[in-house]
Formats: sequence, structure tokens, C-alpha cells
Amino acid sequence: MSTKIKSVSGTGIPLLLDDIDTDRIIPARYLRCVTFEGLGEFAFEDDRQQDPNHPFDKAEYKGSSVLIAGRNFGCGSSREHAPQSLMRWGIKAIVAESFAEIFFGNCSSLGIVAVRATREDLQTLGAAIESNPTTQLKVDLESLTVTAGDISVSVEMADSARDALVTGEWDYLGQLLSAADQVTAHAATIPYLNGFTK
Amino acid sequence: MSDRRNLFNKVWDLHTVRTLPNQQTQLFIGLHLIHEVTSPQAYEILRDRGLKVAYRERTIATVDHIVPTADQSRPFKDLLAEQMMSAIEKNCDEFGVTLLDLKDGRQGIVHVVGPEQGLTQPGMTIVCGDSHTSTHGAFGSIAIGIGTSNVAQVLATQTMFLDRPKVRRIVVNGDLAPGVYAKDVILHIIQKLGVQGGVGYAYEYAGSTFDAMSMEERMTVCNMSIEGGARCGYINPDEKTVEYLCGRPYSPQGDEFEAATEWWLSLASGDDAEFDDEVVFNASDIEPTVTWGITPAQSVGISQPLPILSECPVGERVLLGEALEFMGLAEGQPVMGTRIDVAFIGSCTNGRISDLREAARIAAGHKVAPNVKAIVVPGSQLVREQAMAEGLHKIFEAAGFEWRGAGCSMCLAMNPDKLQGREVCASSSNRNFKGRQGSPTGRTLLMSPAMVAAAAIEGKVVDIREFGCVTA
Ligand code: SF4
Repeated sequence: MSTKIKSVSGTGIPLLLDDIDTDRIIPARYLRCVTFEGLGEFAFEDDRQQDPNHPFDKAEYKGSSVLIAGRNFGCGSSREHAPQSLMRWGIKAIVAESFAEIFFGNCSSLGIVAVRATREDLQTLGAAIESNPTTQLKVDLESLTVTAGDISVSVEMADSARDALVTGEWDYLGQLLSAADQVTAHAATIPYLNGFTK
Repeated sequence: MSDRRNLFNKVWDLHTVRTLPNQQTQLFIGLHLIHEVTSPQAYEILRDRGLKVAYRERTIATVDHIVPTADQSRPFKDLLAEQMMSAIEKNCDEFGVTLLDLKDGRQGIVHVVGPEQGLTQPGMTIVCGDSHTSTHGAFGSIAIGIGTSNVAQVLATQTMFLDRPKVRRIVVNGDLAPGVYAKDVILHIIQKLGVQGGVGYAYEYAGSTFDAMSMEERMTVCNMSIEGGARCGYINPDEKTVEYLCGRPYSPQGDEFEAATEWWLSLASGDDAEFDDEVVFNASDIEPTVTWGITPAQSVGISQPLPILSECPVGERVLLGEALEFMGLAEGQPVMGTRIDVAFIGSCTNGRISDLREAARIAAGHKVAPNVKAIVVPGSQLVREQAMAEGLHKIFEAAGFEWRGAGCSMCLAMNPDKLQGREVCASSSNRNFKGRQGSPTGRTLLMSPAMVAAAAIEGKVVDIREFGCVTA
């Protein structure tokens, strides 16, 4: 059993762009590593070098834990280095219009809250953060809302992922291990594991 | 009553160990492929928890991403790459997993090696810590890319939790025109359905166009399913699938092959199989296709101009504008004639023997333009050997292409093969993301290997159909 994650609170950081791929979140050269340690400082490294105003470089967003993003966030490669680098930078929750599937799965495995909101609501949240970066946000998985000051918007998340976070069962490895006998029994029914005689 | 389940659902049901109350499936994994980038942290998790690899014989590793393709002597000059190489050697040794490393003649890009060795078979569930695992769907398997935490889960239990996706059948019928390849078909599909069109779906590719394709062409199509947002794509197994697998090292042998064949063919979606969605295209609408932007959906048929922003949906304009600016291209201009600095033939999309044969056919008797650096990187050591036996390397070298060792090379920036500065690369790979090829400002144009070869020779993007060597 892992920690129960029912909500995430903290300040926000807006990055309302679409189709942000994992090569942008963490460029491939930083994948030359055997641990995920230290990846936080390289989040969006190339984008930051080309854009002096990149939110991940701005002092007012340092220490933020809620990322506001656009459509198809995290598309591209399966590298868990991407959510790892965001997590190690400090991000605990991502509110986006939609997520690429492998990225979403990786977030679930790491206990990062990844919820969907409408474009309009994302723009409202983004604007609230930009006008006052100290605004406290709360991503609440029980009520499925994100609040920022007096703004409140509703969000969506796949039930399976939400349940896992709320009940603290996102340590999938432990759960999978607990079914070891069932797995062995099941393997005995799969044709290619049994000389195609099943 | 006939089984109206499509192949995907048949294979999924067969591998379902249990369904959790939240509807997630614990799925048994038939084949787990490993490479050096996404596995070290997973092995570390096993070590931390004192776990073993549960099904070692269902797990196989190779090295591809960080491998230098020119000087492969050890230790590698890049110390971080050397460290990763030692890590996978040590981990596979310690956990008893077979590793096809550089010294082993079977090393190569994991998605080239699996099929080549006969590891990839119809009806299997296949995972790898790599998004292009979708390639293996060409054999009628469920093949999906996973993250490192999942790699640890599969190593330790040979299972993982997944939500069952919906299945969309993508039908393409008709003959492809000369000069139009499998790569153009998948680029066209992604252009039409968008980079997130496939989210939540598995794609079944069906219709006479795919029926007519070789296994290698089918792999090119399935490879890029992920670029269309689908986590996996597949093609029903048929006689070509069976023929391809016959006699491969890990294929079933003798009587077992007979039994296997019968089972494999029985998995195919029937004529009355049910799907959640269907989209139909005509092969005759597809021309040689080139990406001009920073997502694989930002492409045009070679005779078409780039989009004009004021004519695009309002919601798309920011992204299109960003792409045009990054690429240094103007709206409405033709993609044809775009000057290139680098030409790359290789990758798990188009680094197989048939790709190299076609590129060599185009290159034969020509010279690479003086300002262009052109490299050919076979997808595996066996592809390289075969190409050399056919003398393809001599054709490439005579034309001024560099002939390299097997690996991912310039598909991504984890080894010495990289773009410099704002170079423009005509590439047979699968991703044109910003920075993908190693320079944060480098630019990528995706196209078929034949089109890359022609671009290398002309020093600019050309229409392969006008290049003068298209055979009908
Ligand atoms: S060739 Fe490119 S896409 Fe394929 S596995 Fe290697 S890096 Fe990934």
C-alpha cells in the first residue's frame, strides 16, 4: 500500500501549449543515465534555452506543484524520464485538456495526479495564476475539482487511476505480485506457452 | 455461432489473468523486450525489493539507442553511454536475461530484432519500454510501449494492469501508385486523423492495400501507430505472416509450427467482426508524403503547398504558426525544393533490408549533393550483413553515403549521430519533434527511404515520381 493521494495543493505554473512531446519535456541526451536522480533540473531544457520567458525559468513559478497544460500532453516516447523530471522539478499534479496514453500510465505509476479539464477552464486557471502566481490551487480527487482562489472548475480522470490514487493502491507492483499463483495458473492456458496444444 | 470478436479482443481475453473491480485488466505478457535506456531503473526496483525476473525465457534484451554506429570499440568515448552499456550487461547477467549485445551477431534496434529472430508472433501480448513497440503488431499481436515502472512490473510478474482500449478499424483499399510506399500510407493516415486521433484506441489496419504489403511494409505502418496517438496497431495474420516466420530461430519448429499456424490464422478478425469505429481511405488518394512541421501529422502530399494559416481552424493556428517559425518555412509555399543538409536512412520505421534495397536502387549511379551529409544505418547487424552480401553498401558508398553499424543512430539524440545547429534533415525515421535529432534547433522532414535517397542526391526535397527511377 502506498500513500493515499486524495488531493494536491500548491501554487501553479501555466504552460498552455498543445502536443507537448516527451522529447521537449526531457531531451534525449538526458536519458543517458542509469538513475532518475537529478533529472528535475533539465525539465524543458531545450525550450528554456530558446525562450528566455519560459515558465519553468521564471522565479515566480519556482516551487509550483500544479502544472496547467494543453491538449495531448506528453505525446511521443514512453520515457518515464519525462514525468520523472517533472516530478523531481516539483510537479505533483497536471491539469491538461488531454494526455497521451503512455504518459498518463507513467504518471499513475508514479503517483502524479493527471486530470483533464476543458480548454476554457484551463485558460481561466492559467489566467488566474498569471495574474497572481501566489494563488493557491487545490486539485481534489474526491470532488473532482480544481480550485484556485474563488475559481472552481470540474475535472475528469479515468476511474481506475483515480481509485488507485485515492485508496493508495497505486503501488501496482505489490498488487500484481499478490496474484502470482493466478498468473502461473493462467500461463498454463496460453497456447504458445504450451506447445500450441491448448 | 461465429466469434464476432476482433483479433484484438480475442488476444486480450486470452491474456486476461483477472479484472479488477475498477475494470482494469491484469494482462499476461507473452514477450518482454528490453533495451538499455528504459531498463536500468527497473532492474534497480527489483534489486531494492529483492525480486527476481519471473519469466526469464519470455524476456530478451538488446542494445540500440546509445550504440555508436561508427566507432564501436569499448569503452565508448561517451562515458555515460559506456555506463549504460555496462549496466545492461551487468543486469542481464545478474538476473539471467539473454542479451543480444554488440558482440552477438543478432544485435540491432529492438523492433527490428524481435521479428527478425521470430520472437514476435501472432496472438502474443508484447511489451517493451519503448513507444515504437507498436511495430510488432504487424504480426497480429497486441504490442504496446510501456514506461520504466511497468518494465519493473513485467520483469517481476510478467503481467501489468491496463485499461482495455476501443478498437478502430482503418481500412485502406486499392493499389499504391508507383513511388508511394507504406511510409506514405501511415503519414497520410496520421495527417488525416491527427496526432491524438488514436488516443483510447487500438488500430486494426485492414483492406487490400495492407493485404498486398510485405511484412516489412506492415511493420512500417504499425510502427507509427503511436504517432497517431494509438498505443498499438495491428494487421491480421495471413499466409505472408506465416511464411515470414517459417524457419526463424525463435519460431516454433516442425509439427509445432503446423499447430501454431492453425492457431495464428484462427485469430484474425472475421468478416463480421465488430469494431468500435471504422475509417476508410483510398490508396489512390495517397501521394509521396513529407512532414514539414514539428508533429508527424504536419505533413503534405509532395505536390501540395504548406497550409495557409488564415484558412486553418482557429484553434490550430498557434501550433501551425509555431511549427512554420521553427522550421523556417513560409505558409503556402511548396515543400518540394526545400533544401536539406543531412539525409538519414535507417530507424525501426525504415531500416530493414527492403528499405535499404529501395534506397540503393534510387542511389545507384548517382552522387550525393556536395553540401549534404548522408548516412545509411541498417536496423540490425543481420540486416547489415544481408545488405553487404547483396553489395548494397558498395552502391551507397559509391554514391557518397556513409555506411554504418546497426543502431538507432540519428533517429534520436543519444549517440554520436546528431544534427548540428539548424541543419535540415531528410529522414526515414518516425519523429520530427523539436530537438529530436540532437540539435535543439535542428529540423526534420520525415519521408520514405526512397524519397530520402532522392533528396540526398538533389540536395533538396524532390518528388520521387519525377526522379526518373520509379518502376511501375
Ligand atoms: S530507431 Fe528511433 S524510434 Fe526506433 S527504437 Fe530507436 S530511437 Fe526509438
